[in-house]
Amino acid sequence: MAHFHARIYVTLRPSVLDPAGVAVCSGLHQLGYEAVESVRIGKYIEVQLTAADQGEAETQLDQMCDRLLANPVIENYCFELTELAAA
Amino acid sequence: MTNFGVLVFPGSNCDRDIAYVTRDLLGQPTRFIWHQETDLGDVDVVIVPGGFSYGDYLRCGAIARFSPIMQAVLDHAAQGKSVLGVCNGFQILTEVGLLPGALTRNRDLHFICDRTPLKLENHRSPWTNTYNQPVITLPIAHGEGRYHADPDTLKDLEDHDQILFRYCDPDGIIDESHNPNGSIGNIAGITNRQGNVLGMMPHPERAADAMLGSVDGLGLFQGLLN
Repeated sequence: MAHFHARIYVTLRPSVLDPAGVAVCSGLHQLGYEAVESVRIGKYIEVQLTAADQGEAETQLDQMCDRLLANPVIENYCFELTELAAA
Repeated sequence: MTNFGVLVFPGSNCDRDIAYVTRDLLGQPTRFIWHQETDLGDVDVVIVPGGFSYGDYLRCGAIARFSPIMQAVLDHAAQGKSVLGVCNGFQILTEVGLLPGALTRNRDLHFICDRTPLKLENHRSPWTNTYNQPVITLPIAHGEGRYHADPDTLKDLEDHDQILFRYCDPDGIIDESHNPNGSIGNIAGITNRQGNVLGMMPHPERAADAMLGSVDGLGLFQGLLN
């Protein structure tokens, strides 16, 4: 079995209002960052797991995201997977 | 008699208020069902109460939906028996897929604790058929109650009379200025297609005892009695 490190990004779908992002955007404007056009806030999740290979790790992560880590009704996700050197 | 079962998750905080209504005010057999149980027994009506199950970690209701008891709730609903989710219970029912859509952060970010008029959109449902009036007023208390659904889902809800409650003004006018949390279509409560599963953000159990100022929520429970 190989060890993997996954960086998972969960973001609100573009059609879903993100009031927290709007508030932070307005905060940045008040700090003088007038160039900021929009802010969207998501979640960043790190998962360490073991799997036979990269493909199985990706399958597992897809399932985890679909079933729990993201809500497909309102959120999208993507992840980056890195194989860790054997301990 | 109607047997009520009130689910209890770590972080539930409206479970006893529900039982006060069903057991003490309505005199119906009521038991608490810990989320680790797997059998609903002879329960006729399952109530998923409000609160902050599992601390609302990840998303409201996201972790509660995997509790051992939820498979029994899915089976109960599939048999056409009644399931009511209030507030966090509504969030759990959307997460587990018994109701479409999702509850997201309130438009104005604030946690809202208030009383709001609700337009009854469908008086034929068992949940609402004890009401004669077009508008009732119930308490709301939530930070993430903005109902969201894609346009197809919304049309489906409307086509099948699944929207039971909409936020409105005291005269029943539905507009954006009387939409406390920004819910799409001012939606405050919906049922599944069959009508036996209801999710709502307002708290009917907090408006059931006249001593506390309102009994507008009591009819919802009375409609379920055999």
